Amino acid sequence: MKHKKTEIAEYVQKTAELLDIEIKSEYLPEVVENFTKIAEIATLVTEFNLPETIEPAATFKP
Amino acid sequence: MNSQPDASEIANSVLKQETTAREIVTDVLKNIAQQDSQLNCFTAILAETAIARAEEIDRAIALGRNPGPLAGVPFAVKNLFDLEGITTISGSKIDAENPPALQDATAIARLKQAGAIAVGALNMDEYAYGFVTENSHYGTTRNPHDLSRIAGGSSGGSAAAVAAGLIPFSLGSDTNGSVRVPAALCGTYGFKPTYGRLSRSGAKLFASSLDCIGVFARSLQDIASIYDILQGADPKDPVCCQLRPQYCASELDRGIEGLKIAVADDYFSQGADPEAIAAVEKIAKILNVTRKITIPESDRARAAAYIITAAEGANLHLHNLRDRPEDFDPATRDRFLAGALMPASWYLQAQRFRSWWRDRLREIFQEVDIILAPTTPCVAPQIGQTTATIAGKEILIRPNLGRFTQPLSFIGLPVLSYPVFLPGKLPLGVQIVGAPYKEDLIFRVGAYLAGVELFNK
Repeated sequence: MKHKKTEIAEYVQKTAELLDIEIKSEYLPEVVENFTKIAEIATLVTEFNLPETIEPAATFKP
Repeated sequence: MNSQPDASEIANSVLKQETTAREIVTDVLKNIAQQDSQLNCFTAILAETAIARAEEIDRAIALGRNPGPLAGVPFAVKNLFDLEGITTISGSKIDAENPPALQDATAIARLKQAGAIAVGALNMDEYAYGFVTENSHYGTTRNPHDLSRIAGGSSGGSAAAVAAGLIPFSLGSDTNGSVRVPAALCGTYGFKPTYGRLSRSGAKLFASSLDCIGVFARSLQDIASIYDILQGADPKDPVCCQLRPQYCASELDRGIEGLKIAVADDYFSQGADPEAIAAVEKIAKILNVTRKITIPESDRARAAAYIITAAEGANLHLHNLRDRPEDFDPATRDRFLAGALMPASWYLQAQRFRSWWRDRLREIFQEVDIILAPTTPCVAPQIGQTTATIAGKEILIRPNLGRFTQPLSFIGLPVLSYPVFLPGKLPLGVQIVGAPYKEDLIFRVGAYLAGVELFNK
């Protein structure tokens, strides 16, 4: 799925606010660029149908 | 570059009193002082403690004691390993404010117990997030084969110091290829075992789901011996496996008869310069391998590794990203900040895909024992180079150096990057990939190759 740059920039700013991260204006273009790349890469993973029986690989030993 | 003695030769000559550990360490420190201003491998040099330790070893030998199989062998480590008495900086300005480590990382302690002598800490990409070792705080590590080129990363100092002959072996860490990529670009052996095989205690984490420690050396014998010393359970690392050590140095002479070996095609034969493919063909020819195997969905595996790395790496540094973003290397800061904002479902889907893809590889390893693949898509790029044309397509260099390593470490497979020198070319590597916990088979193949190459010299 292709996202518009403006949508990504808005998401980055709103989510950063929610997480209490201040992204300085001089960093913002590069952060948006990097998030755009992550979003594109994530599509390769999220578009792939996995059976419901497949669990996350992360393990926790109580 | 390869005429220097390896670790086992050094230890033998020290144990036989043909030379002393003090002489060995003094020479190493002299060479570092002479050459490292050009190479920029070291971020700390432990001259005093190394000489003191060498003298202890010499005294022990004079008294008839055996200080261990690595008696008097100098080594150095990526600066994310705790070395008692100095600060573990992890390639960062931020961690340089931490107090000195109170004890050695488990791996360092085991090497010292075997008689090895730590002479310093080595340069890396900040927090291990990179394939280039162009560090804005500590400078760029240069490739000993061509000083205008990068050494690769993130364990660039570890690879370059070994390739330049400054030290016989070093330690690094590998999350997505950070041992294998610089090993290939610098022409050394680089080995990452199965995820969880070796203790990471005392080594700064990057993305815990994927992090491994690994070894660089100029001889396969050294890689195997050092790997054997590092093996063993460690309650201080929750990921470290409980399996009994499976010693590999004794496997080197067993040959490759009966091993089923195949070359990975499809994804692993695309997006690479012709010489990277030629390197694999050269190794396949020596091994008399014609079989090809297709690993499905490798591009998604690489994507999922990227997502997991970005999310876990960012989370680890979230407090500093909030409080002092200006103190990060700009090359890592903006990626960490982007990773911190990722939706949970992307990360979880990547971890679920990991389970699915592991099952596919389990099926493949029912058919073959060893898979061959290129380590990097190209030789070492120029320092500062951001893009390259590979297979007719312009690509970004930084992420693409890990194209072939990232899917394999994604599911924790053990891999040896075997150095390949094609006539008139800069070095490259070929990955010898085994099933989980089958490191012994990798060493058998590597030793066979090294034996044939030595015979043909």
